Order: sequence, then structure tokens, then C-alpha cells
Amino acid sequence: MVIGGKDAAKLFGIAIIACCAVFVCTLFLNYQLDIVTIKDAVATEAGMAVYTAQVSMGKVTCAVTGGCLAATAIVMLLFYVKNYIDTHGANLGLLKALGYANGTLAKHFWVFGLSVFVGCMVGYGTGFAYLPRFYQLQNAEGYLPAVSVRFHPLLTCLLVLVPAAFYSLTAVLYAAHRLKRPVLDLLKERPQERTRRHGKERPDASFLGELRKNVLRSKKSVVFFVAFSAFCFSAMTQMSFSMKKLASDTFAWMIITIGLILAFTTLLLSLSAVVHANAKTVAMLRVFGYSQAECRRAVLGGYRPVSYVGFALGTLYQYLLLKLMVTIVFAEVDAIPNYSFDFTAFVISLAAFLVSYEAMLFYYGERIKKTPLKSVMQEN
Amino acid sequence: MLEATDITKSYGSGENRNPVLKGISLTIPTGAFTVILGASGSGKSTLLNILSGLERPESGHVSYDGTEITTLSDAALTAFRRKTVGFIFQQYYLLPDMTVEKNVRMGADLAGNREYREILRAVGLEEKLKKYPSELSGGEQQRVAIARALAKKPQVLFLDEPTGALDEATGRQVLEYLSKLHRERSFTVVMVTHNQNIAEMADTVIRMNSGRIAESYVNQTRKSAYEIGW
Repeated sequence: MVIGGKDAAKLFGIAIIACCAVFVCTLFLNYQLDIVTIKDAVATEAGMAVYTAQVSMGKVTCAVTGGCLAATAIVMLLFYVKNYIDTHGANLGLLKALGYANGTLAKHFWVFGLSVFVGCMVGYGTGFAYLPRFYQLQNAEGYLPAVSVRFHPLLTCLLVLVPAAFYSLTAVLYAAHRLKRPVLDLLKERPQERTRRHGKERPDASFLGELRKNVLRSKKSVVFFVAFSAFCFSAMTQMSFSMKKLASDTFAWMIITIGLILAFTTLLLSLSAVVHANAKTVAMLRVFGYSQAECRRAVLGGYRPVSYVGFALGTLYQYLLLKLMVTIVFAEVDAIPNYSFDFTAFVISLAAFLVSYEAMLFYYGERIKKTPLKSVMQEN
Repeated sequence: MLEATDITKSYGSGENRNPVLKGISLTIPTGAFTVILGASGSGKSTLLNILSGLERPESGHVSYDGTEITTLSDAALTAFRRKTVGFIFQQYYLLPDMTVEKNVRMGADLAGNREYREILRAVGLEEKLKKYPSELSGGEQQRVAIARALAKKPQVLFLDEPTGALDEATGRQVLEYLSKLHRERSFTVVMVTHNQNIAEMADTVIRMNSGRIAESYVNQTRKSAYEIGW
């Protein structure tokens, strides 16, 4: 067996993202399916406005949250497959050299889909258990007749089995693509793509400056994850403040919990991958006498501006999304207050972001310090 | 001057404890070309790591120009390596995503050396500045490693089996470059090797056996890389 369940277990980040995506989609899609049954029973104009707004809100939330999270999970899955092949290149190369076909090796990567299955199961189960309370909250003002929770087997299939099968297939196909590399490249664990810019390298650029750029260029997916993590942190924390006023405390807690889980899971996985991938480089830098601070700046420093950009985009995104919801989707609903940019929420979120992200960077900086120098010399 | 006194080191613990160095004392004069010779498992690489401040001994002292380095803090030891020491390994350990020039600047920037291209010229790589390590032969990669180590203007250059991964012709060429640079720049060289022919290029030879110094002698005449056997 090329990949074991233990390897799939390392994909808990994907499982968490899948869980969050399916949780949100279960709430809104189940509600969408059940609310249709009471459409004819809505008698008042205000009730019909609430009904229309909730249908629209459900569609927007599912598309935005579910879509974003599903896309992130895909990127993360591809990142894991690539990383697995890069770090196990010698074993995979050996198997290829012995005559195993790409397809034979690639089909074992279906195991990666297990993490999505587990995440989806947990997300669906939790979401379904929460549905009665969610239905109450959706109709707290009593504009609509009571909606009862019903089980939709097709929805279960769409939210649990289909994603698991789709992600397993994606992992297999992508692995088959990555395994097309020459046997020697795999055996010697030579990276497939060099981030080279022949003739464009600035001759006057310092070594550490160039190394910092190189670290960013060599793992573009990590750049995406770090930005995404800050984006989630910023958008979800600020949105949760506004949701307190626009919707309810429960909504606010749900959003901030999902946001923080996503932000920290993604950031932890990304920075761990960066530190792991650059362990040899850091060891060489330290052998040569570069200080810990210089190593930390070279390996992690480039991600600081990336996370700030992610934070800024998250702020902009949540503002535009809420403005859109309030002015267009809920335009007909009188109970929804006006929305304007919440500066207090922004300041609190920014302060929390600075403290927690700098603490994470510091923690990984300390891990860099512990990189054993002998590890370099013992590799032959 | 590099001095080591009563150095001991073992790996493992309890019944699996394996003493690698058993009370090594030696003195390496400034500017000397010293070869530490020994078979695999004799403890020569461990001794090199301890002399260069990469590892700490269990007991004993290492001092460089009167400064005790075994008791330095991690930060002070890093500063010592930065200022004093250069390394060349058997496996080169070049950064694969960086050009030859940037790899050499890894050493040059530490010493604020703007003349690093001179060293690249001296090792015959001035035409390969923009190449990546994977585009070079083994000998060329090792010459980049030499240039990288010398660009930081070390006072002591430590080499661990620098020709171990090279064929005879390339190995001789690399050693000749090294010997030439040693004559021109007069830094101290401490080289570990299992190849006793290479010892004929050195001023001083220290032969190790099972964690002890079995023999130490001075060569009256040093041979060039093309005069020694292989």
C-alpha cells in the first residue's frame, strides 16, 4: 500500500474545512427545501418579504460560504498530494523503477478523500442536529408559519457522498498527473518546478532578501493559505460583530467560531509546511552563522505582508457582502437596521489579528531555532 | 590557533552508549593545512563538528585564539561561526532554487564581501553565475561550495570529505583549487578524509582510530593534487 490511513489522518485541515462547509450548507439547504412547503401558507405581505429574503439569503450564503470553502479544500487537497509526492519521491520513484505504472500508484491516493468524507459526515450530523434551533432563529419574529425539520436523503448524498467521491477522484487524477515525472527526478526528490527567473534576478539584491522571495515563490499554495487564513479571520470576526445587530447572537457565535477554526487551522498547517520544507535551508544558514532572527525573517518574514493583505481583503469583503445583503436582499424587510462600516469591530479585529498572528510567527520562529544542525551533515 | 583538550563524546545512552571520541587533544596552528585521516566510524567527522562549534563535547575544551568555544551560548557560538568559520561538506548542500551567484552571496553577505566574484573567478566559475546547482556537474557544485565558504572570509575552513562524491579527475581539480586558494589567502584548513593519499597535501596529518589519535605527523614536503595517488 502506497498511502496509509495515517497519511489521510494528517489531512485534518481539509476535514475541518469540509466540516464547516457542509455544516453551513446543511443548515441553509435543508431550510430551503423545507420552507417551500409553507410558501402557500404565507398570508401577509411582510411574511412574503421575509420568505423571499430568506430564500435569497440561503442561496447567497450557500454559494459564498460553501463555494469558498469547497474551493479552499480543493486547493488544500492538491497541495497535500503534491507535498506527499515531493516528500515520498524516493519511495514512489523506486516503485516506478520496479515497474509499477503511474495509474497503479495514483489510485492509492483515493484514501485522501476519506478526510473529506469524515469532515462532511461530522458537518452534516452537527448541522442536522442544530436544525430545529436554526429554524426557530430564522423565524424568531414570527412572520412565517412554523417550519418543521424533514430529512432529505438526496441532500445527505449530495453533501456527504458526492464530495467524498469527487475529492477522492480529484486526488487520484492529480496524483497520476504529478507521477508523470521521470523516475530519476522522483528518486532524487528533485522539485518538479523550479521558480527560476533566468536573467531577472537582481544582482544587487541581498542573499537574505532573495531567499525570502524564493521561499514565497516556491510554495505559492502556502501564500494563498496564509492570505486566506487572514481573510477568514478578518471577514468572520468583523461580520460576527455586525451579525449581532443584523441577525442574532447565535448567528454571530456561529460565524466567529467557523471563522477562527478555519483561520487557525489553515495558518497552522501552512506555517508547519513552510518550516518543514525549509528545515535544511535553515540548518545551512545556521551552520554558516546566520542568527535566529535572520533565519526567521528569511523563512517566515515574507508571509507577514501577505497576511495583512488577506486581512484588508477580508475587511473589504465582509463590508461589501453585508451592504449587499442589507440594501438588496433584505431591502423589503423593515426589521433589518441600516448597515454601515463598523469601525470599532475593525479595530478590535485588527488588534486581535496582530496579537494572534505575531504570536504564531513567534512560535514558528522558536521552532526554527530548534532545527538540529547535525541533520544536514547526517544526510548522505 | 585551534586547540582541543581531552575531548570526549558518545552517542546513545545506557547499554547502547557508544563512545565516539575518547580524550582527544590536539593543536592546529594558524594557517596550517591539517588533514584528519581515519576509516569510517573512527570519529573524525564528530571531531570536526566539535572543533567547528557545530556540536558540543561531553567533556573537554576547544579554544580558538584563546577563546573557549565549548562554553559559549548558542547565540555566541553562531556569532563565532559567522565570524571565524567556513564549511564544505561532501554533499555540497547548495540551495537548489538559487543561482550560483546567490549561493555564493550566502557566504559573502555575512562578511560584507563585495568582491565575491573574484573567488568565483578563482575557482573557474565566472561563466556560470546565473546557473542553478542542478545545471552543474558534481565538481562544479563543489567549487561553488568552496567559493561560498571562502566568500565569507573565514579564518578556519573545515572540510568534511570534500571529494567523497567526486571522481578522480574532478576530485584532483577541486583539491588543486583549494590548495591554490590556501596558499594565496593563508587561512587555516582542517580537512577530514578517509583517503590517505590526500594527506600528502597537508602540513600536518592526524590519524584517528576508534575515537583516539593513533598518530600525528608533519609532512616535510607537501604534494600538489596532481602529484598524489588516488
